[in-house]
Amino acid sequence: MAEMAFAAEDQTRRSRVTRPALPQVVIALLVLGVVVASGISLTAGASDASALAVAGHWLGLGEVNAIAPRDLLIVEQIRLPRVVMGLLVGAALAVSGVVMQGIFRNPLADPGLAGVSAGAGLGAAGMIVLGGSLALPAIRIFSYATLPAAAFLGGLLTTVILYGISTRLGRTSIATMLLAGIALGALSGAATGVLVYMADDKQLRDLTFWSMGSLGGATWPKIATMALVLAASLAALPFMARGLNALALGEAAAWHMGIPVERLKRTAIVIVAAMTGASVAVSGGIGFVGIVVPHILRLAIGPDHRFLLPASALLGGALLVLADSVARTVVAPAELPIGIITAIAGAPFFLWLLLRRRNVLDL
Amino acid sequence: MAMRKIQFVALARAAAFAASLLLPAIGVAADAKPSRIVAIGGSVTEIVYALGEEARLVGRDSTSVYPPEALKLPDTGYIRALSPEGVLSLNPDLILTLDGAGPPPALEALKAAGVRTVTIPEGFDRNAIIYKITAVGAALGAEDKAEALAGKVQAALDKAVALSAEQGRKARVLFVLSAREGRLMASGSKTQADGIIRMAGAENVLADIEGFKPVSDEAVIAAAPDVILMMTGTGDHAASNETVLALPAIAETPAGKAKRIVRMDGMYLLGFGPRTADAIVSLHEALYGNRKPGE
Repeated sequence: MAEMAFAAEDQTRRSRVTRPALPQVVIALLVLGVVVASGISLTAGASDASALAVAGHWLGLGEVNAIAPRDLLIVEQIRLPRVVMGLLVGAALAVSGVVMQGIFRNPLADPGLAGVSAGAGLGAAGMIVLGGSLALPAIRIFSYATLPAAAFLGGLLTTVILYGISTRLGRTSIATMLLAGIALGALSGAATGVLVYMADDKQLRDLTFWSMGSLGGATWPKIATMALVLAASLAALPFMARGLNALALGEAAAWHMGIPVERLKRTAIVIVAAMTGASVAVSGGIGFVGIVVPHILRLAIGPDHRFLLPASALLGGALLVLADSVARTVVAPAELPIGIITAIAGAPFFLWLLLRRRNVLDL
Repeated sequence: MAMRKIQFVALARAAAFAASLLLPAIGVAADAKPSRIVAIGGSVTEIVYALGEEARLVGRDSTSVYPPEALKLPDTGYIRALSPEGVLSLNPDLILTLDGAGPPPALEALKAAGVRTVTIPEGFDRNAIIYKITAVGAALGAEDKAEALAGKVQAALDKAVALSAEQGRKARVLFVLSAREGRLMASGSKTQADGIIRMAGAENVLADIEGFKPVSDEAVIAAAPDVILMMTGTGDHAASNETVLALPAIAETPAGKAKRIVRMDGMYLLGFGPRTADAIVSLHEALYGNRKPGE
């Protein structure tokens, strides 16, 4: 933990002296990467629908009726929402990871740690298994929205409980929050287990697929919700970046540097809960983005949160969009759950990075 | 429980209503028969083959594994996890799906693409099979063939069920879905396994519980099955007969003591399609052997 603080200091000094432009260059490259990844993802798919032809159609080039309605539908209604959703969810998960690692001052922290994912998972499982028995007309009509809503509420509720447990007289104890998060996660897991026991065959399959994640349910209303949550969270990033950099030196040191530590922790928890809850709600369980992306970037540009946070958002989005392209094409016309791809690709790459740079970064 | 039943009835009615709308529509546009069909659901695919209309299939889901030729068709994935672009890439003009296909956004996208989707209701009894055949035939515009097949299957089913009903004392059967690490996942009521056990003139010892559930050793011993019924196959079902019979829970039962275990192909036994009459007869013979009726 202390190493991160020293590394931060060291990084700031070095970047001032030897490589002043590097983080900016990396961020510029990542912007390019997001554009390229989105282009690839729009072009790739099970069918031969051409994204270029559709782009031409949008721009009014070519003959008016040259494009098949089916291709237009595939690019506009199936691929495009997934690309946008992938960028948003990837960014949210990666930024949540950075914030969690910063606030817990622990490189192993990830968005799942505070029990938010487990709470959201419980909400989703509850809706999958019990939703059908609640024969409310509203659930029948808004069936696409009820699962994400239940997941988000589950995540939110867990966070509120967690915050209540770990806060005393206006002070939030990070250690208590960590332990309570683990306990709440276990509790949510157990409750999910009860639901799994009650589930019938089809519901079991739904639960399994849900837990492996998919961007397949991307619709514009979901994207709009996700975008709102992400935008609100990103707006707090400048404040977060300064605070997290100071917090790397310890809570007392940060306080002496004039950082409103309690407000910082509160903001962090709200941001992580909102972003993780929303991500899990719209795309199920997508692992590894929240832990791999921040670490790749720490190795590349150092631990300064001013650069780390935006860079994570970009890399997270780009990687998830690429993973989704693979998920959609590798077993076409079927589709793999995206959580499998992120873990298969993410874990070995991460290990390779660690081996290559273990003399530099001593975790 | 009651709620589920009501829902199922409502669903069946809705499906019947949809089919009644469909029938005249196809009758009018007889020359506009669908020619590029994606079949979703094992029994639906089997029925298309049994009707001799397989030349019109361009895709199937991963549960469609019979007849073996079906495996050559492109696989669109699991019935509950379809990919809309994957299905559309096959350029279908009809998607014929067993009730319960999903996820909903994928079906929504397929609907938006203007591809006709016909849902065939699922059910685990004689009438459900006949209805499936009729509905598939109507969707394909092959009503005559479907009527012939339905008649044949109905006669076979009635014969099989009548034959099975002649037993005096019913065999008590425990259907074991999996026995991974000694933990038994067995079938209660309202499952395909329960349906076929009843039709074969036997008794499901776990009829009190609903669905496929993990069961405790004690519950198995208390249920005292005469025969263990399992699927042949790999993965979860791969436990060998010796392993299963040696499990403490099973060894204590009449089935364990007599070493009576019956294995049948999963899709054959549980498909509820054109082969179910044969499956009833096979299961009945496996359970009762050549025992005379009334014995």
